[in-house]
Amino acid sequence: MATQHSRSIARMMLAPATTLLLAWMLIPLIMTLYFSFKKYLPLRGGDLGWVGFDNYVRFISSSAFWPAVATTLIIVGGVLLITILLGILLALLLDQPIWGQGVVRILVIAPFFVMPTVSGLVWKNMFMDPVNGFFAHIWRVFGAEPIQWLSHASMPSLVMIISWQWLPFATLILLTAIQSLDSEQIEAAEMDGAKPLSRFFFIILPHLARAITVVVLIQTIFLLSIFAEIFVTTAGAFGTKTLTYLIFQRVLESQNVGLGSAGGVYAIILANIVAIFLMRIVGKNLDR
Amino acid sequence: MKQIQLKKVSKNFGATEVIPPLDLDIEDGEFVVFVGPSGCGKSTLLRLIAGLEDVTSGQILINGKDATEMPPASRGLAMVFQSYALYPHMSVRKNIAFPLRMIGMPKDEQAKRVDEAAKVLNLTEYLDRRPGQLSGGQRQRVAIGRAIVREPTAFLFDEPLSNLDAALRVGMRLEISELHKRLDTTMIYVTHDQVEAMTMADKIVVLQSGVIEQVGTPLDLYHNPRNTFVAGFIGSPKMNLLTGKEAEKHGAHTIGIRPEHLTISTKKGGWEGTVGVSEHLGSDTFIHVECKAFDETLTVRASGEMDLSYGSKVYLTPDASNLHKFDENGMRMS
Ligand SMILES: Nc1ncnc2c1ncn2[C@@H]1O[C@H](COP(=O)(O)OP(=O)(O)OP(=O)(O)O)[C@@H](O)[C@H]1O
Ligand SMILES: [Mg+2]
Repeated sequence: MATQHSRSIARMMLAPATTLLLAWMLIPLIMTLYFSFKKYLPLRGGDLGWVGFDNYVRFISSSAFWPAVATTLIIVGGVLLITILLGILLALLLDQPIWGQGVVRILVIAPFFVMPTVSGLVWKNMFMDPVNGFFAHIWRVFGAEPIQWLSHASMPSLVMIISWQWLPFATLILLTAIQSLDSEQIEAAEMDGAKPLSRFFFIILPHLARAITVVVLIQTIFLLSIFAEIFVTTAGAFGTKTLTYLIFQRVLESQNVGLGSAGGVYAIILANIVAIFLMRIVGKNLDR
Repeated sequence: MKQIQLKKVSKNFGATEVIPPLDLDIEDGEFVVFVGPSGCGKSTLLRLIAGLEDVTSGQILINGKDATEMPPASRGLAMVFQSYALYPHMSVRKNIAFPLRMIGMPKDEQAKRVDEAAKVLNLTEYLDRRPGQLSGGQRQRVAIGRAIVREPTAFLFDEPLSNLDAALRVGMRLEISELHKRLDTTMIYVTHDQVEAMTMADKIVVLQSGVIEQVGTPLDLYHNPRNTFVAGFIGSPKMNLLTGKEAEKHGAHTIGIRPEHLTISTKKGGWEGTVGVSEHLGSDTFIHVECKAFDETLTVRASGEMDLSYGSKVYLTPDASNLHKFDENGMRMS
């Protein structure tokens, strides 16, 4: 019941925050656009003037560009798939009344509190190390040759590490969604003769649709810009170079800010394409 | 024929005994109403019959077969929940067809049954809507529709009308009674509203803290309540239950007299009192009378025209043939 008056006051009150937020987003964006049209090599002469779309052409025609896009999409897709499938299973398990429920729930959430660099290093050195890693020991117990995880199975390894990080988030959101399901609905389905599997597909899964959508959208935003896990494990080698990582290399390793900025603009475009695509597929679950 | 039999059925939740062992027989085609105050175990008893809760001890027979260990779906019962428990993401059509789909009935047969049920319940024009787009009464009917398509041996209703407004409740009450007459299927109906119990039931089961206080037809309970609890619970407004000297005069610990069995007069009568609040319903007037003889307020039913001013002196005379006598344990005498 906002009156004209209170609405204009509300707008005034919101103005500082909005301005700050706009500046926060607009200034980096404008600077990225600005540099993307310049030849700017900080250690090799600095600002060397305008070059038009040169950077854009060079970035996209580099042999590393399309593989990087593919890698990015594979990581996003793979992690989404694993976290949602396992997240649903874990949420279903955690919803059961079990002994020590509180402790188990905290343990499940724990990976989310581990910093990405730390978890990347822990996985690399303690689990995936081909000589001393935990997996190597297990493989040897069964008399098998240990896998060189990060070099021979680099993408699966990375997807595994990142999924481990994001699984708690998916589980938590899906668990709260499962808990909000009216128990009478399940009982009604039970009386209607629905077996456990039918109950899951006809009642629980549709109920989870909205939560799954939220998980997909939020995770996609963060997964598109995954960096630390790659930096500390493969450093972009063995075909694990994502678009984000490519930009990082252009800006910091080749010291070419202009080229990196053009890459940044491509990253924005990619993110938007993914977002539109996702909203098309799952967005309708949100308005109900 | 006895269709549903409970034999020494009891239920504990942890250490608390919610239902002590009880026996109950429900005949084929009967409309049985479980009635009692909140928390007395009506829902629990219904859920035991449905199979949604496991019995702690005892035996449940359905159609003569031991159903104690059967899962809910194989008992052949259909339940209508208080919250309706419709599936929100399915259309009304899919909701009603759900139980049929679960038993793998052919599509055209499903459609036929759904259309039939929709016609009976006046739902035909809403078949393609989602439950969220229906009114409370319509949702209620969808829930009933989902129950009737299965052609169950018995229907279980758990306070199905408690979410509806008063006018709709009266309407749905009639519709459910109507449905019972038409289908001639056993119905077990839980309510805490004694008006629903009186108007719908063939047989009322009065419960208090999990114990069956009395089983009988509505009029049986009305005329011959077995104890003071049933006497006070059945009938509206409540029966006047009086103790003290006046009761002893009748050789009882407590006497009960219904408001409709008291005559009020301004001139003469058995018990003297002063008029308190009068409730005018149009057809009747319920007058609360403060009686010196009992230190209690009695409710009296008088004709709609009766108009007595607050504080005026009146005399009440009980109809001796409708006076109920109870002993010190609250049990009916003779
Ligand atoms: N799962 C449970 N665990 C423990 N106690 C329970 C459980 N379910 C019910 N109870 C207890 O059992 C008693 C009977 O509950 P029930 O739901 O059958 O009451 P009711 O007669 O249906 O009441 P209402 O009219 O309010 O619905 C209550 O005292 C309740 O606290
Ligand atoms: Mg109840």
